[in-house]
Amino acid sequence: MTRSVEEIISRFPPQQEQMLPLLHEMQSALRHIPSDAVPLIAAHFNLSRAEVHGVITYYHDFHQSPVRGRRIRVCMAEACQSVGARSLIKRLESILQCQTNGCSADGQYTVEPVYCLGLCACGPAMMVDGSLHARVSEDRLPGLLSAETSRD
Amino acid sequence: MINVYLPLDSAARACGAEAVAAGILSEAKRRGLNLHLRRNGSRGMVWCEPMLEVQTQQGRIAYGPVTPSKVGSLFDADFQNGGVHPLYLGPVDDLFFLKHQQRLTFARVGKTEALSFQDYCAHGGSSGLRRALTMAPEAIVQEVTDSGLRGRGGAAFPTGVKWNTARLAQSDQKYVVCNADEGDSGTFSDRMLMEGDPFCLIEGMVIAGLAVGANKGYIYLRSEYPNTVDVFTRALELAKNHGLWGRNVLGSEFKFELELRIGAGSYVCGEETALLESLEGKRGVVRAKPPLPAASGLFGQPTVINNVITLASVPIIFERGAAFYREFGLGRSRGTLPLQLSGNIRYGGLFETAFGLTLRTLIEDFGGGTRSGRPVKAVQVGGPLGAYLGVDELDTVLDYEALIRLGGTLGHGGVVVFDDTVDMAQQALYAMEFCALESCGKCTPCRVGAVRGKELIEELIEQGATVSRTDLLRDLCQVMASGSLCAMGSMTPAPVLSALDKFPQDFIHQS
Repeated sequence: MTRSVEEIISRFPPQQEQMLPLLHEMQSALRHIPSDAVPLIAAHFNLSRAEVHGVITYYHDFHQSPVRGRRIRVCMAEACQSVGARSLIKRLESILQCQTNGCSADGQYTVEPVYCLGLCACGPAMMVDGSLHARVSEDRLPGLLSAETSRD
Repeated sequence: MINVYLPLDSAARACGAEAVAAGILSEAKRRGLNLHLRRNGSRGMVWCEPMLEVQTQQGRIAYGPVTPSKVGSLFDADFQNGGVHPLYLGPVDDLFFLKHQQRLTFARVGKTEALSFQDYCAHGGSSGLRRALTMAPEAIVQEVTDSGLRGRGGAAFPTGVKWNTARLAQSDQKYVVCNADEGDSGTFSDRMLMEGDPFCLIEGMVIAGLAVGANKGYIYLRSEYPNTVDVFTRALELAKNHGLWGRNVLGSEFKFELELRIGAGSYVCGEETALLESLEGKRGVVRAKPPLPAASGLFGQPTVINNVITLASVPIIFERGAAFYREFGLGRSRGTLPLQLSGNIRYGGLFETAFGLTLRTLIEDFGGGTRSGRPVKAVQVGGPLGAYLGVDELDTVLDYEALIRLGGTLGHGGVVVFDDTVDMAQQALYAMEFCALESCGKCTPCRVGAVRGKELIEELIEQGATVSRTDLLRDLCQVMASGSLCAMGSMTPAPVLSALDKFPQDFIHQS
């Protein structure tokens, strides 16, 4: 069952320093920060809605609409670029028929760039939800995707 | 009992360590062997990951890179006793890449079981803190000052000076903050340390707390490191149970609380004041300095904020003494630096050594050249804000001052290698794109300049690098460099201009 916005907010003390932990919890439970949660979060921390909106939109981890499907984050930083990240993400887009920051045609994956997973000596690297993959060649992509699809 | 070690490090796991671990356990069970699988940190020889080690009478023997399909044959080859196998690498202590390092901060990483407090203490862990607990705050700070330790996050500020400012600040509440927002591409030493020897970082933070009179610490760890979050969370709990932090640190009267906080994907939050804003629950926007965080930092209180490697280098300074640490290095760069060799490199990984190694030795002798086998064309040192160096600059000595003389930075010690297929105009463009994407927006030269810079380089690539266009780009870079509060805006020009100056042929319009 989906947890309610109110229930998530109530778990955090009303100090502003709890903002990121709260938003992380909500993002993970609801896959986004719903717009109707903004005034409730603002009231909880005694802040303006603008301040809360400002925080949500500042950080890449928080989304205003639900992330669809599995989240594939492909490292596009320099170390992975040097071993083919640019062509890797293009190949991924063509396999999944989607654009970066968009969802695949079958709704199963969202492709996003990420700037460094700390796997710089074994790139190209990517993360599918929480699982890490290193030395990802274009040839390995189809097998890797079908293995991820069959998980759960 | 067979003692086998397999890293729980992110890189090992991303290369399939969990499937290998499962294979080893089921194979041992099938053969009725009494095998204990211990999870260590990575030795830093990333091309060998997952690297398996077995304790034999001749010491630890390494095999790698192990795949699940090779596990059965390893048992067949009697790897438990160091048997011969195609994946045999040899005794760990004799491995070329490891033998030539000087490991101080990473002394335990890979050697000990990462989440065993007993193992930690058996290898010198907690003895630095035990000594610090007998010292006055002033003497603790003096020891750090004498060691010559400078901030390993990138700015290289003398740690002792920072600690002394916080120590002298008058306040009932002070904080220690660990900056684990390791966002620079090509760097992963914070991650490896936190996964491979997490108690060492905790010990360093507690010593910092003793030194400045703080009893609360925060670790701000980036969300892009989920495995690190997992490992370090477990380490914090174990450390508390063993009294490394908490109400009575190691049985003393000293109280020190710790909390782990997770970032949310902002690169600028690696800048110390933006990190503090983020910890306070705000947008990660850079603060103007002064006041320095040591005088007025988290929640307006005196705060020591240091990088993971800085804090993790503190325990050995107290275990072995400032003079011991100072003996390593040269000039004003004392001690050791864990270099991270990555990108298009054959033998990439972590190489800790005293300051003073040349880039050429690191890349050619230890790194074995490019992974593709093609010639090296460019090397970026110090992360996305570091300058690109050409092959004629490979004899540069790796210390803070030498890189600054070249218009670059040693930063957090990341070295990213590119072969001759790289298009440096694209790398210059990327530097501006990254700045546009990650700028916190506080300073106009950075916020607007990065967008203009991106447009300008695109135009330059498509329509040709005329003198008027390159002059305009240089002008823009100068404004960004001199008119931005933090390194994001002020140092983005370094990769851009170094690419333009050292690789002008890549900017010639191909029509």
